[in-house]
Amino acid sequence: MSMNGTPKPPFTFDDKDRVSNILSQYPDKQSALLPLLHLAQSQEGYISSAVIDTVSEIVGCHPALVMDCVSFYTMLYSKPCGRHIIQVCQTLSCSLNGADALVDHVKDKCGIESGETTDDNCFTLMKVECLGSCGTAPVVQINEEYHEGLSQDEFDQLLESLQ
Amino acid sequence: MSAFKPILTEHIHKKDCHTLSFYRSVGGYTALEKVLALDPDAVIEEVKASNLRGRGGAGFPTGVKWGFIPRGSEQPKYLINNADESEPGTFKDRLLMNKTPHQMLEGMIIASYAINCQKAFIYIRGEFYKEYEVLNQIVAEAYHENLLGKGILGSDYNLDVVIHRGAGAYICGEETGLIESLEGKRGWPRIKPPFPAIEGYLKCPTVVNNVETLCNLPHIFNHGPNWFRAIGSEKGPGPKLYCVSGCVNSPGVFEEPMGVPLKELIFEHAGGIRNGNELKGVFPGGSSSAILNAEEAMGVKMDFDSLEEIKSMLGSAGIIVMDDKVDMVQACLNIARFYAHESCGQCTPCREGTTWLVKILTRMVNGDGTERDIDMIYEITDNIGGLIDFSQGSFGKTICPFGEAVAWPVRSFVEKFEDEFRSYIPQLEPVA
Ligand SMILES: Cc1cc2nc3c(=O)[nH]c(=O)nc-3n(C[C@H](O)[C@H](O)[C@H](O)COP(=O)(O)O)c2cc1C
Ligand code: SF4
Ligand code: FES
Repeated sequence: MSMNGTPKPPFTFDDKDRVSNILSQYPDKQSALLPLLHLAQSQEGYISSAVIDTVSEIVGCHPALVMDCVSFYTMLYSKPCGRHIIQVCQTLSCSLNGADALVDHVKDKCGIESGETTDDNCFTLMKVECLGSCGTAPVVQINEEYHEGLSQDEFDQLLESLQ
Repeated sequence: MSAFKPILTEHIHKKDCHTLSFYRSVGGYTALEKVLALDPDAVIEEVKASNLRGRGGAGFPTGVKWGFIPRGSEQPKYLINNADESEPGTFKDRLLMNKTPHQMLEGMIIASYAINCQKAFIYIRGEFYKEYEVLNQIVAEAYHENLLGKGILGSDYNLDVVIHRGAGAYICGEETGLIESLEGKRGWPRIKPPFPAIEGYLKCPTVVNNVETLCNLPHIFNHGPNWFRAIGSEKGPGPKLYCVSGCVNSPGVFEEPMGVPLKELIFEHAGGIRNGNELKGVFPGGSSSAILNAEEAMGVKMDFDSLEEIKSMLGSAGIIVMDDKVDMVQACLNIARFYAHESCGQCTPCREGTTWLVKILTRMVNGDGTERDIDMIYEITDNIGGLIDFSQGSFGKTICPFGEAVAWPVRSFVEKFEDEFRSYIPQLEPVA
């Protein structure tokens, strides 16, 4: 039930085959938790409480344990995000190569702070830790894609192509 | 530069180098054929004889680790390929997965065979989506060509490989945090012992090996352990990937033997310090290693023992170079913030200590530091990180070696650049 008393629609996976395929790969059900959450998030955009209920039922554990994982892992979002999630690495090698100024630039350009989403739901900004690509700093990940060695101009062009 | 010819990265600039047909054209999977004709114990002996030491950070001898797996027990055994690469300054495993994924897979099959494992996992960090797709493709290729599945290459050996994506947590690179995460829990490291070789994934005997470690295996079986032992440093031989980033002209991943001078990596391979600036400090083994000042960096060799001698470590060989324009207090704050964010929160000294380090360093940077702050940094780092022997797991004050991984860099920053830290403390006004 949601806060105002209207029943919330339950979550169901679109790709049932994928769900059984995931489950068949592991010796126990709970090991399938992260892959199922990834799959649910790719369908829903975030991990809603309905997703938590469905996934906990499938793997056979208490919903609180699923919730626990959602809050632990930074790539699992507990609220909806913009269509493009801009993740700017701020760790040392990127910081030594202009990441701090780049973050400020992105904030200016999008008019949002880190953790916020633009009003048109187009962009969400996140500051993240080392993306494992320090040799091509500064690094920005937008959804699944890495953009490496980005200048502010290149970032602007990228932003335009996404709008 | 030395005349060393790359071994692990020999082919990475060639077209389609990630495909099975390419890998086979350069001798791929011939080592596996040899291995499948050997007794698993003989495979372990060969790896022991090569003296291959783990490339994930701790440098534990790979063959010895495999030897801890109980023989003859009925329990399933598991191999987990640690592809979680998230140590700041480290970007070698990603390159290996992109460019020579079959080399890694061949290593995985060899390791699995040696420990009698029938299901192996690749735990790949969640952000590496492109690499995840490459792995899906090459694992499918391998099944299709009977390199995985039932009766591999006509033998009676069966192996399945599962690709498992992480979801954003540095601590899941630590092997027991990784195992918890694979079990569908938050990645809270476990107290050791029991070590994973006795009680790992689902309480079964488990070996966790790093991507680069596994990539060495085909070469050891193609050329023999003596060939391997003759490469680079005696006590930890073999080829090694070094990642150089930060204030250098040409950052990148460079393959050289174990024991290459750090100076050569920075000034020859990586093209020296940018803008003609001076070298000031270097993390030799990711941000968890103690920082070196310029003098130490110019004199040290990149191997396990040489770095331990000067109280740092080879770690993940993520070399982060800082020039004389870098403010060391800000750099230290950047690293402290990373650890405060990534602490799993399970141990009080680590959880509280990292938060306090960030608070103290932030107020120093903002000009609000107090006389006692430097002493407090020493006290806190002492509290988080005790004595540790990396080859044996943690014997420190926390459940996992993350504690030391914070304490060492932060403490060494202050020790080696203390004047700079002191300059941030506002001087007390004279009374009269
Ligand atoms: C905080 C922490 C983070 C770690 N992160 C990684 C990592 O990202 N990748 C990795 O291979 N090993 C990592 N390790 C080391 C692993 O615990 C483990 O020693 C290693 O994967 C074993 O493989 P190897 O023997 O082949 O080196 C980390 C260790 C600690 C304490
Ligand atoms: S040392 Fe830190 S990261 Fe490791 S288990 Fe304790 S709280 Fe977690
Ligand atoms: S520090 Fe930004 S990718 Fe490693």
